[in-house]
Amino acid sequence: MIYEGKQKIWRDYQKEIPDDHWYYVRSCIRQNFFPASERKFTDITQQVLGKDVYETPYHTTCGGIAYHCDAIPQETVMTIVARQFALMTEAGYENYVPSCVTSFGNYVEILETWHEFPELETRIREQLWKACRREFKKPKYLAHTSDLIYHWRNEIAEKARVRLIDKETGEPVRMSEHIGCHYAKMFPSKGIGGAEYPYVLAGMIESWGGQVVDYPERRHCCGYGFRQYHMKANRGYCVSNTHKKFESMEPYGIQAILTNCPGCCYFMDRWQYVIAEQTGKTYGKDGFGIPVFTYEELAGLVLGYDPWDLGLQLHQVAVEPFLDRIGVEYDPKAKYLGLNREDILRPELPTNLKCF
Amino acid sequence: MDHLFEELEKDYRFKEGYHTCINCGTCTAVCPAAEFYRYDPRKIVTIVQTRDDAQIEALLKSDTIWYCGECMSCVTRCPRKNGPGMVIMALRDLSIRLGFFTESEKGRQMLPLTRTFARNILEYGYCVYPETFDWNDHKESGPVWKWHMDHLDKSLARQGANYQGEGPGVLRKIPQESLDELQAIFDVTGATRRIEQVEEFSRQKAEQMGLSMEEYAKTAFEYSSDKHFNE
Repeated sequence: MIYEGKQKIWRDYQKEIPDDHWYYVRSCIRQNFFPASERKFTDITQQVLGKDVYETPYHTTCGGIAYHCDAIPQETVMTIVARQFALMTEAGYENYVPSCVTSFGNYVEILETWHEFPELETRIREQLWKACRREFKKPKYLAHTSDLIYHWRNEIAEKARVRLIDKETGEPVRMSEHIGCHYAKMFPSKGIGGAEYPYVLAGMIESWGGQVVDYPERRHCCGYGFRQYHMKANRGYCVSNTHKKFESMEPYGIQAILTNCPGCCYFMDRWQYVIAEQTGKTYGKDGFGIPVFTYEELAGLVLGYDPWDLGLQLHQVAVEPFLDRIGVEYDPKAKYLGLNREDILRPELPTNLKCF
Repeated sequence: MDHLFEELEKDYRFKEGYHTCINCGTCTAVCPAAEFYRYDPRKIVTIVQTRDDAQIEALLKSDTIWYCGECMSCVTRCPRKNGPGMVIMALRDLSIRLGFFTESEKGRQMLPLTRTFARNILEYGYCVYPETFDWNDHKESGPVWKWHMDHLDKSLARQGANYQGEGPGVLRKIPQESLDELQAIFDVTGATRRIEQVEEFSRQKAEQMGLSMEEYAKTAFEYSSDKHFNE
């Protein structure tokens, strides 16, 4: 009886994900902080998996970060999103995939609000026509890019050149995941596995050979908090919340973290650096931090990409101990080289956080 | 008596996020802001439920409504399907429209926030953009990011970006016709008016505080008094 109940709950949190033909919109935060992940999403889906993932240069920010910093009104963000849908409609697509979790939450919230208040959708259609002379159909399917990598995780596993296995011990590497709050906390039914037991990232880790490790504050926010980060005066909020998470995970021997929100990935990397420099405390072994990856970075490592092509040199937490653990081959001297091995100098090293 | 409450009721986020609250405090228990700030979302909803203009006005002029990080963890957990975070969004919107935001230290952050995002969106088409990211304001991004910013074009090229380039790709130049459409959307939907209001209310407050607009914006961006934090 209990087992059947769990099966029913799990069924409620599945989502239908078409296998092909996606209209792709990029993330502001990811393009800035994880540009190679943005690039690798299209490389992996188009070239490795042979999928139709279409991008137009005319799409823009969805405005989600400005909206959640209270800098633009709700009808403004809705009309920007309506324009994005119009571009999708004009391109002949009906499956819509954004790479930002803030955007994904924004799109879900807007579609749900329009569903509940149709008069508002009518008003936004009028405003879009007035401003841009465009019309739109709503997406038939809406997924986040991590949903698509999850959907294709077994195809990636079949092509794997590296598995998430400790090459010394033969044991699965111990990984945890962090789901961006706006992926499923507002509308749990829109995320794979819901808000309580999201499976979108855990499924990737398991398919690629790793072990998913739980810890008490796994579902706690990374601490981005929009205005709490963008205003220098408020950043104590951000680092305090990341600190809470890392203190909570410390006893569990976690070797790497997988994320689906670019903000979470960036902050959980950088605040480890700040905590180390301010207090001397590090959370990995031997003075290193715990590396935090995007799903393209992890998929790319599994598929055998060069880690420096994946942008791992832009992490402040050194990734090399993890690469060594799973047997990724790399050239340490190439880490900070530019295109065609051009010398573009190298960053200074932190004082306390061990880095290369 | 309940003029301000009636204004809140017009906001769709309020319609979505405000039902009868049983004051259980679950939202406060899971709230990352309550972890750090002297902040209790349960009390905010309790005040709103009074429908009392004086109490709601005090809230709109306080630092309290600006502590929320809009993570919406409260939405998941509320047993009555309320969204205190959505109620906060409605309160903030009303505070901005009425000019009450300038009465609090955290509310005055609306000026640098509005300037930053208006510029990034209308000039570049992004919410965040390298041209406006000053490493000196973001030292938490670490020495690796200083190196990246110092060698931006070459580092982004190594990452496979199409920085300021034509056509699709990472950090491409957003075509001018798309930026023109964003401006038109701002004009039609009230964002342009919002920007003007924030500037005007802030100018009045800066004058009252004896600060230039640049001093006012800089102070709002980087100064934090001790009164906000939990023990």
